[in-house]
Amino acid sequence: MSERANPVERYLRSDRIPHIWCPGCGIGTTVNCFTRAIDESGIPMDRLAVVSGIGCTGRVAGYMHVDSFHTTHGRAIPFATGLKLAAPGMKVVVYSGDGDLFAIGGNHFIHAARRNLDMTVVCVNNLTYGMTGGQLTPTTPEEAIASTSPYGNFEQPFNLPYLAESCGAVYVARWTTYHVTHLKKAMREALLKKGFSFVEVISPCPTLYGRRNRIGDGLDEVKTYKQRSVIRNGAPTSEVSLGMTGPIVVGKFVDRERPTYQDAMDQFYARKLGDRYARASQ
Amino acid sequence: MAQPTRRVRGVVVIHAERCKGCGLCVEFCPTDVLALSPAFTSKGYHPPEVVRGEACSGCDLCGMYCPDFAIYGYRL
Repeated sequence: MSERANPVERYLRSDRIPHIWCPGCGIGTTVNCFTRAIDESGIPMDRLAVVSGIGCTGRVAGYMHVDSFHTTHGRAIPFATGLKLAAPGMKVVVYSGDGDLFAIGGNHFIHAARRNLDMTVVCVNNLTYGMTGGQLTPTTPEEAIASTSPYGNFEQPFNLPYLAESCGAVYVARWTTYHVTHLKKAMREALLKKGFSFVEVISPCPTLYGRRNRIGDGLDEVKTYKQRSVIRNGAPTSEVSLGMTGPIVVGKFVDRERPTYQDAMDQFYARKLGDRYARASQ
Repeated sequence: MAQPTRRVRGVVVIHAERCKGCGLCVEFCPTDVLALSPAFTSKGYHPPEVVRGEACSGCDLCGMYCPDFAIYGYRL
């Protein structure tokens, strides 16, 4: 009997594996879901670009065997914006962590969503800065202990789906690494959605978040997702903020239509300039 | 009375040297095919082993969960 290959293998730079992620880290699980979503979406590998920033999740671009770029800290979305405008036929995916996308690169996220750039943003949210030693991020829940908040966090964290929706994203979903099949489906839908699609994945960081907050190892953290998660598709995003305890509301929250940046620009200039406007080639 | 023999529906493949012993595949296998092995990998982790191979449905949930790309299943 001939063995079939691992379906994730053709998307990986196998010479880079084993990867640097800790035992029990959820980033590899999201990559599994992402590669299967690419398979199902039918997007050819040579039309796909993965851009990531700095951090543990930023390493995804290095491990994916597609056109990929590992940008400077927080600047994944600006790079992806330039890529998309210069090569409109490419499917551009920004794959990065919560710190990179919402702390260092927060401004870029809100403007990309406002413009409705045709790209997919996958945010692996592990609620901490994993690579640099477990500092407080803008998504760390209240009361959570981080290396820079040894008595617990008193700041109100971002509610990422609410932020994405209010800035203008056309597709917003949140899943955890427990919900692998839902996550795969959400990633497929996001890849096929025209406009700015955003998928948040709640992911364990056993080394720096779970251990400090007495959740346990990676497996225990995924078990807490199983217990705490409540699937509410279409829930108002203002009600899906995360706490240390209480429900983790997951689901597809937003799926709407808006003209993308490219379409809006083409229509606007075609109306203003008529024949003098040279449309960007598709 | 003899048990009717069930057709084996799926296969699970383990790449033990990539495994970091997190145990997600063992926990979330819907048909309890896997268990953590007492053996060690060269890095000192306990990889999973197949204990009820005949029950595998080939659903590939282990492959979806595995953060280290060290296991996957497929239907026959």
